[in-house]
Amino acid sequence: MKKKIGVYVCHCGGNISDYVDVEKVRAEIEKDESVFLSKTTMFACADSNQKDMVTDIAEKQLDGAVVASCSPTLHLLTFSAVAERAGLNKYNYIHANIREQASWAHSDDKVGATKKAIQIVKAAVAKVKRSNALEPFRVAATNAVAVVGAGIAGLRSAIQLAESGAQVYLIEREFFVGGRVAQWDDLFVSNETGKELITRLYDRAMNHKNITLFTGAEIIENSGSVGNISLKVRISPRHMKLDCNEGNLGRAIEVCPVVVPDKFNFNITTRKAIYHNFPGEYPQLPVIDMEHCTRCGECEKVCENVDFSQKDEFLNIKVGSVLLATGFDPYEPKDDEFGYKTIDNVVTLPQFKRLVHYCDDKLVYKGKEVKNIAYIYCVGSRQVDGENKYCSRYCCTATIHAAITAKKKYKDLYNFHFNRGIRTYGKQEVLYDESSRLGDIYLQSFEDHPPVVSKEGDKTIVTINDILTADKTLEVEADLVVLVTGMVPRQDNSIGSLLKIPRGRDNFFNEIHMKLRPVETVIDGVTIAGASQGPKNIMESMNSSLAAATKSFSLIAAGELALSPTIAKIDVDNCLWCGKCDDACPFNALTKTDVDGKQIAVVNGSVCKGCGMCMPVCPSNAIELIGYTDDQIESMIDALVSTD
Amino acid sequence: MGAEKVNKSPKILVFSTEKISDPAIDMAGLLKLHYPPTVYTITVPCSSGIKSKWILHALEQGFDGVFIAADGTDCPYGESCVDKTGQLVGATQELLKQKGMDPARLKMAAICSVCSEPFVKHVKSFTNYLMNSSN
Repeated sequence: MKKKIGVYVCHCGGNISDYVDVEKVRAEIEKDESVFLSKTTMFACADSNQKDMVTDIAEKQLDGAVVASCSPTLHLLTFSAVAERAGLNKYNYIHANIREQASWAHSDDKVGATKKAIQIVKAAVAKVKRSNALEPFRVAATNAVAVVGAGIAGLRSAIQLAESGAQVYLIEREFFVGGRVAQWDDLFVSNETGKELITRLYDRAMNHKNITLFTGAEIIENSGSVGNISLKVRISPRHMKLDCNEGNLGRAIEVCPVVVPDKFNFNITTRKAIYHNFPGEYPQLPVIDMEHCTRCGECEKVCENVDFSQKDEFLNIKVGSVLLATGFDPYEPKDDEFGYKTIDNVVTLPQFKRLVHYCDDKLVYKGKEVKNIAYIYCVGSRQVDGENKYCSRYCCTATIHAAITAKKKYKDLYNFHFNRGIRTYGKQEVLYDESSRLGDIYLQSFEDHPPVVSKEGDKTIVTINDILTADKTLEVEADLVVLVTGMVPRQDNSIGSLLKIPRGRDNFFNEIHMKLRPVETVIDGVTIAGASQGPKNIMESMNSSLAAATKSFSLIAAGELALSPTIAKIDVDNCLWCGKCDDACPFNALTKTDVDGKQIAVVNGSVCKGCGMCMPVCPSNAIELIGYTDDQIESMIDALVSTD
Repeated sequence: MGAEKVNKSPKILVFSTEKISDPAIDMAGLLKLHYPPTVYTITVPCSSGIKSKWILHALEQGFDGVFIAADGTDCPYGESCVDKTGQLVGATQELLKQKGMDPARLKMAAICSVCSEPFVKHVKSFTNYLMNSSN
C-alpha cells in the first residue's frame, strides 16, 4: 500500500472554490497518514502547476498522486501525462471529479458540496493507495482508416490520410460523391461552384493509390477495437457494367418510363428510375434505382450495359480507425409551417437554390414569373418550442448569397428578408453590406412574433410587425416565399447506432470536449468531421476534417498501439472452470486451459476489453478487473460513507 | 448537532459507467440541475460488470440505497449489457430479501449519455423513497 501520496485540490478559477471550501478539503485529506503532500492550486491544469507537480513527484519520490478538479473526460489524460513525465506510472494517478459532480451539481448547497468533495477525494486516495503500476499491452495497429461519407469533408479527410501514408476506404452510402456541396452552385467567396470543388477533390482522391472508393456502400457490422477494427461493408449494385457506351446510356435514360421526384433537386424536378444526378457527376456512371424500377426491360433493349444480374456484395475490411463525415439533412418544415405545402408558392432554401440553378433568364416557379421574394429566416433553427435550440450558422450567409445571386441573374427582382437578426459573421459580413447596397429590404421580428404567411385570393402575403420601424405592421406581396431552413442531424442514424457514437443535446454526433478534444468521440478510434458534428460551413468543415484525419492517423501512425492493461484477471486458486465467464464474455476473451492438471479460465489480454461482464456471473468470485478490484471498490465505498 | 435536520438525507451510491452515464451525470452538474449532495458516484466501465458483493458491501457499510445508472442499449460493449445488468440486479435483490433487507434499496435505470434530467429525477425520487421508508 502506498505511503507517499500527493493530493492537489483545484480552485478552477472559482468554478470549484466558489462553492467548495477547497482549503477545508485539503485540510481534511492531509489527515490521512498516507498523504505526504497536499496543496490547493488556482488552476491544476496550468503549465506552472503541472511543472510544480512534476518537481514534487520526482523530488519527493511520491508513489501516488490525486488531482481533485474537473471531470476526468477533460483532464485525466493531462495529469496521467504529468505523472509519467515525473517518472510515476500513470496507473498510480487517480482523478477526482469535484467540479461537475460537486461544486456545479450542488452550487445551491455549499456545505453539502464541500462535504461531498471531501468524501470524493478520500475515495480517490483510497483507490490510489491500492493501485499498482501497469504496463500497457502493445498491439500492432492496422495502417488503414475507414472514412464514412464522401461529401466534401470525407473527401478532404481521405486525401489528407492518404497523403500521410494510410490506406483509406472511402465509404459512401449514395451512388455519387459530393454530398450536399454538389447540390450548390456559386459559393462565397471565390464563386467557384460546389461541383467544381467536389470535382477537384474527387480527382485528387481518385489519383491517389491509397484511396479506394465504395459507392452505394454501408457499414453493417463492426467488431474489434481501436487499431484493429473489422468492418463488414455491404455494397449495393448500380446494375450497370463498368465499361459503358455513353450514347446508349443516354438512350436508356430516355426510354425509362418511370418518373419519380428528384431528391437531388429537393423534389422540384423529376428523374427516371435509371439516372444520374447531373451530367458529369462522379462516378460518371448512372445507377438504377431498384426501389422504383419496374423491371420493364426497356433500358436493356437499347443499352447492353444494363445488368440486372448484379447482386449485393459484402466486403470485410480491417482498419485502425474510423472517421465519420456523414453530414447533415436540411430541416424539413412541418406541414403548414409558414404555409409550407399548404400555400403553393412556399419553398425551402435548398429548393430555391436548385430553382435558381435551373432558371436561366427568368425566375419562374410553377409557371409564374417571380419578382418579389420573401425570405423567412430561422425556420427550424433557434426554436423556442421545438427541439432545435441551436443556430444553424450557415443559413443567414447562404440566403443573402442566394438572394444576391438571384438579383444579379434576373431583371427586376426584389428581395425581402424577414429575419430575427442577421448573423453573417466574420468575412461574410461583406455580403450583408453588398445586399443592402443592392436595395434588399430587411425586416425583423423577435421569436415570439414571427411573420405570418397568408393567402388572399390568388396573392400570397407575408405580414410582419417590424421592430426596425417601431413595430409597424408591414406587408409584402410575395411571388415566392423561401423558408430559410437550417441543418438537422441525419435522419438515418444507423452508422451512429452501430458504432455507439453518443449524440449531444442537439442530436448531432458529440465530441469529447467542444474546445479541447473537438474531433474525438468517447469511442476509442472513432473521430468525427464536418456537419455530422453540428452545423458548419464549408470552411469550418474543412478545418474539422483535417483535424479528424490527423487525429485518426495519429492513432495508427506508429504501427503499434498501447492498449489499456485494465483487463480481467483470474484468481487461479479459486477458479473451478464452470464456463459461465466464457458465456458472458461478448468478445470470446476467456478460454479453458489446463494448468498443472487443473482446468481454469485464462484471459486473452489483447481481446479483453475490460468491461467486467464476466465478474458478476462467477460463482466463486474468481475474477477481478484490474483497476476495479474488490479491494479498491470496497475501500472507495468505505471512504465515501466514512463520517470522521 | 441540534441544527442538523432530523430527516437526514439518505446516502445513495451510484454505480455509473465511464462512457455512457458519467457524461450525463457530469452534464447535470454543468447545467446546474441540482440533486442532493448525499448522492455519490463510483465509475465502472460497464453496468453489467458490477458485483453483488460491492452492492451488499455498500448497503452494509452505511449507504441507504444503491442506484445503478445502467448503459441500456447504448453500451459500447454490446447489447447483452441490458439483460446482464437486469440479471445481476435481480439476483442481488434476491440476496437482499434473503438477508431481510428491502430489495427496493437497490434501484436501476438506463441513463443515456445525455439523460441528465432523468438522472436527477431518479435520484431525487429514490432519495424520497429512502427517506420515507427508513422512518
